Amino acid sequence: MTIKNRAFIVGAYEHPTRHAPDKSLVQLHAEVAIGALADAGLNKNDIDAYYFAGDASGLSSMSMVDYLNLKVRHIDSTEAGGTSYLMHVGHAAQAIAAGKCNAALITLAGRPRSEGSSGAVPRATGDASPEAQWEVPFSATTVNLYAMCAQRHMYEYGTTPEQLAWVKVAASHHAKYNPHAMLKNVVTVDEVLGSPMVSSPLHRLDCCVVSDGGGALIVAKPEIAAALKRPKVAVLGAGEAIKGQSGGEIDLMTSGAAVAGPAAFAEAGVKPADIKYASIYDSFTITVVMQLEDLGFCKKGEGGKFVADGNLISGTGKLPFNTDGGGLCSNHPSNRGGMTKIIEAVRQLRGEAHPAVQVKNCNLALAQGTGGRLGSRHGSATLIMERQ
Amino acid sequence: MSKIASPAVTAETAQFWSRVNDGQLTVPQCKSCGKFHWYPRANCPFCTSDSIELKPAKGTGTIYTYSVSRRGKNDSYVIAYVTLDEGVTVMTNIVNADAAKLAIGQKVRVALVESENGQRVPMFEPA
Ligand SMILES: [Zn+2]
Repeated sequence: MTIKNRAFIVGAYEHPTRHAPDKSLVQLHAEVAIGALADAGLNKNDIDAYYFAGDASGLSSMSMVDYLNLKVRHIDSTEAGGTSYLMHVGHAAQAIAAGKCNAALITLAGRPRSEGSSGAVPRATGDASPEAQWEVPFSATTVNLYAMCAQRHMYEYGTTPEQLAWVKVAASHHAKYNPHAMLKNVVTVDEVLGSPMVSSPLHRLDCCVVSDGGGALIVAKPEIAAALKRPKVAVLGAGEAIKGQSGGEIDLMTSGAAVAGPAAFAEAGVKPADIKYASIYDSFTITVVMQLEDLGFCKKGEGGKFVADGNLISGTGKLPFNTDGGGLCSNHPSNRGGMTKIIEAVRQLRGEAHPAVQVKNCNLALAQGTGGRLGSRHGSATLIMERQ
Repeated sequence: MSKIASPAVTAETAQFWSRVNDGQLTVPQCKSCGKFHWYPRANCPFCTSDSIELKPAKGTGTIYTYSVSRRGKNDSYVIAYVTLDEGVTVMTNIVNADAAKLAIGQKVRVALVESENGQRVPMFEPA
């Protein structure tokens, strides 16, 4: 069974807030859910499935379904960090294709900025995490677990700090058109390299922002999509993977996208060269480079060259990416960028991105997520979507 | 240098950590398939056998990758993956080194360093 053309993204909403100290976490979830329903033109009673990753909040889907007062017959709380929401779309499409539900609501919300979270200090993992005792004594942090991938990438392939900086520069060229972006100023390669070193070889401007906020999606069966007034965005293919330390046989140069990407392309029946717009998870600049290689947009080791010289900038580059400014400039709600990756891809396919960054005739888009830590264990998911 | 957080030792890993306190880094080796693995666990991650032996490590290896991480305003530390001569790659810190002179491929040797509660943990220093 394939999910190709069996489900459509009919509603998408990104919370405009980047700092929400006065709102509760569940309130943010409710606000994005209401926003996605309004965007789709559906009401709450049309929803019969709920997808929720927990967002490391301790909340259960039982609490959320009860708080939102949903009547659901299908739930999924797959948790794989910031890429969970791409997995949710794929799983919702499967459930719809199997007749388990008609319209699935997916929500993400978080307040890490209000709560003082940082990627540069060790984050608590659950007591049951088997890896904690092998990593906590060494002060593993989110940023240094990506920095070690960057350091090895430079060693193996000659990738340069300047090439990594181009990822941020491209994102900033898009963020200047996003009134909600946290960082709206265009930056240069020199400014990235001149920002403080957080964890070598990654500078502060190689890192994404910390923001509050959230987003929601509604995935529905074809009959519902056809009856709504919004442009139709079909799910063509999805792939997912989890990659870890492989029992000590560590390879930090290939991400889970090398598994998730080909699966999604095969299901969709398209190839990288067909993609008009790509949302690529940008927790750090190196994350983008490695995912582009693993997805097949360029050969392994040539990601640095691929992203250099503005190749990711809409209108001038070959592969316009993250036209909302992405996690590097716009937002990273709950320290999770997968939801906004899908939302901006939906905007592009609907022709509703900012006119200055809208890709012409954007009929085929990809969203790619990497959640968790690239340098220890991470979830990876790829979605391919088409405007119909 | 700031305090080193102690590992939360479990019944599954107590023997490994106790050997470290005795001054011996070991690497788990499966008696069934013969492969070394990391991190230590009750069942072999390659063949699932529960017949695991903690083999004394040579205590030497090479830096697979590393990063100099800022801690607070004036402090920094080096996190690294070191590939042991036994073949497995382990997360660790590089200590007693000039961070500016470190390189991938560099030879290192184990240095057992006391953490907050007295449990020693395996770090590495230039060989
Ligand atoms: Zn074995």
